[in-house]
Amino acid sequence: MSADSQTTIDPTLVGTTATGTDRQGSRVPWRFIGGRAVFYLFTLWAAITMNFFLPRLLKGDAVDSFMARSQGQLTPAAEKALRALFGLDKSVPLWEQYLNYWNMLLHGNLGVSISTGLAPVGDAIASALPWTLGLVGVATIISFLIGTGLGAVIGWRRGSRLDAFVPVTTFLGTVPYFWLGLIFIAIFSTALGWFPAGHAYEIGVEPGWNGDFISEVVSHAALPVATIVIVSLGGWVLGMRNMMLTVLDEDYITVAQAKGMPNQRVLWKYAARNAVLPQIQSFALAIGFIVGGTLVMEMVFSYPGIGLLLLNATNAKDYALMQGIFLVLVLAVLVANILADVAYAILDPRTRQTEA
Amino acid sequence: MNTPAEKTPAIVQPVGAGAPETAVILATGPEGSTERAPEKTFWSQLKASMAMFGNAKSATGLIILGLFALLAIFAPWIAPTDPNSQNLNDTLQPPSLHHLLGTTHIGQDVFSQLVYGTRGVLVVGFLATIMATVVAIAVGVTAGYLRGWRSESLSALSNVFLVIPGLPLMIIVASQFQDPPLWVVAAVLGFTGWAWGARVLRAQTMSLRNRDFIQAARANGEPLHRIILVEMLPNLMAIIASSFVGTMTAAVLGLTTLAFIGVIPVSNLNWGTILFWAQQNNAFPDYWWWYVPAGLCIALLGVALSLINFGIDEYVNPRLRSAGERARSMKRRGLNINASVTQVRTAQAAAATGGAASEGDAV
Repeated sequence: MSADSQTTIDPTLVGTTATGTDRQGSRVPWRFIGGRAVFYLFTLWAAITMNFFLPRLLKGDAVDSFMARSQGQLTPAAEKALRALFGLDKSVPLWEQYLNYWNMLLHGNLGVSISTGLAPVGDAIASALPWTLGLVGVATIISFLIGTGLGAVIGWRRGSRLDAFVPVTTFLGTVPYFWLGLIFIAIFSTALGWFPAGHAYEIGVEPGWNGDFISEVVSHAALPVATIVIVSLGGWVLGMRNMMLTVLDEDYITVAQAKGMPNQRVLWKYAARNAVLPQIQSFALAIGFIVGGTLVMEMVFSYPGIGLLLLNATNAKDYALMQGIFLVLVLAVLVANILADVAYAILDPRTRQTEA
Repeated sequence: MNTPAEKTPAIVQPVGAGAPETAVILATGPEGSTERAPEKTFWSQLKASMAMFGNAKSATGLIILGLFALLAIFAPWIAPTDPNSQNLNDTLQPPSLHHLLGTTHIGQDVFSQLVYGTRGVLVVGFLATIMATVVAIAVGVTAGYLRGWRSESLSALSNVFLVIPGLPLMIIVASQFQDPPLWVVAAVLGFTGWAWGARVLRAQTMSLRNRDFIQAARANGEPLHRIILVEMLPNLMAIIASSFVGTMTAAVLGLTTLAFIGVIPVSNLNWGTILFWAQQNNAFPDYWWWYVPAGLCIALLGVALSLINFGIDEYVNPRLRSAGERARSMKRRGLNINASVTQVRTAQAAAATGGAASEGDAV
């Protein structure tokens, strides 16, 4: 870009050479994608293998616990049949069990759940998963947007009264999810009666895509989502604010201001744009925390998602269901990470430029 | 002098409390404490590296943590009654001079339960954190010092544990035991909590490995254990401390959550157990003295740990500390930090930026 081509255009609006490379560099970052894909496949393999070995190394044996539940009403022959069904036959060598386990998984077979009357684990999870995904997804997006935006503004107005937000959100971030949920139920549900205290919708309301049902679902999800957002907000605020303080000291910020660029543009397009990258990278860890928090929230609010299913499975010692849930959660977290990687590749031109 | 492998900024921070946000900045930036006494010993270096606890935030956090530790150690003398002794004449009493925090449904003194619960939380919390930190140092420093596929595979291992959601794994492992002893609960918490520390330590070790003083030590023929213990470890102290504190926060939250769900036995009295019984006996919302103090204790311990980490963060990354102070001092002189460049020619600059801003809005 030569100087005379810009005579009619305000240079602050055209942007710098970085903007130019950004526009040119729309190559597909194959190396980045490939590296991440290998990592995710490895993680999936590790999770599945862990899932296979944990119950076999530890005491948790689905058949033993089922025999204990049936209190001697099952014959040893039935136990043998069950062992074959669960892939826990001790006469089969371990590597063969491992191969059978993979074979089952690849056919979408997660085993049978003893706590729900020997129903397939996949069915039990499929009916609970949408509720959890909705809760986690909505809460994560709200929390990320509010937290990152708030952190950017607090970092920009460093030294102002807004700094008081940091200790407040930190305190809220150290409160356990379940406790805040219980307090919210006590205040907003029992005392004030604004929101229902549990379940995803009232019994008797017919599920469907109509206004009644949707407003039911929204009002029932309001308290759990609010709790998750409030507790997880602190991390995003603090991370963004600290990154902003570091970025704002950079020379390109000074240069941008020296050019007379509007403050709003410097704040969002220059400082926040760079400070947000570590936030997206920290997503990998955050999503694990948020999923954990959501599971507990479901237990507190009797929300019919994966968390409640996991609690029931734990109480019933239903190992097949527990392992199925773990596997599905790992898959969901990996998908969320892939989405974060895509966002990162779009926002950070360096991932695309290294390809050249 | 970073190797290409670590060029990707390793700033993945836990979003829970007390995240060691910027501890990693040190890993990629230049070393902060380059001036060193000419005759350095391991102990003098260790003492110097303890300076990170010297600021007000860290000190406040350590004092709160210390008070909790005293409460745990001297529980039998502080608690007025045995936490499990029942008194069916005094059930569900609100707080009074006789029962500072009231009583439970079977007349247990909530204050005594809270004091003894501190013991359960701190013992398991510290045990889990020590286990996790030992693993994190072993894996992280080894992965940072080695090169090639060994380093990469150790790094992949810790990344896998970072990505896998911890709480479901904890629930599944803990529920495999019928009546797990304390150290098993701690081991489960440690097993799911070491990865973050390992990752940060690897990044820092990789950057240290190529520094001149390590190269010099290696050229002098110093043995490997001396390079790691005497040359490297003092420079890793801030990272180790901040990951220790972060791991402890996660362990305390994990422990109380597991106890609240009822996965670990209720015989291990901690703050989560109190909330478990409160929830089981419909204490919400009427009997506030039963469930509010335990939750506040968890939060207070979390705040103390976060404060320690803030202090370490500001020690490691002085920008965090100076940014606010500088902005406030400029404000006192009537200057705006976000307009630092245009201060000299206030009148024209205001007009110019005003014009640019309106143009910017129009686009």
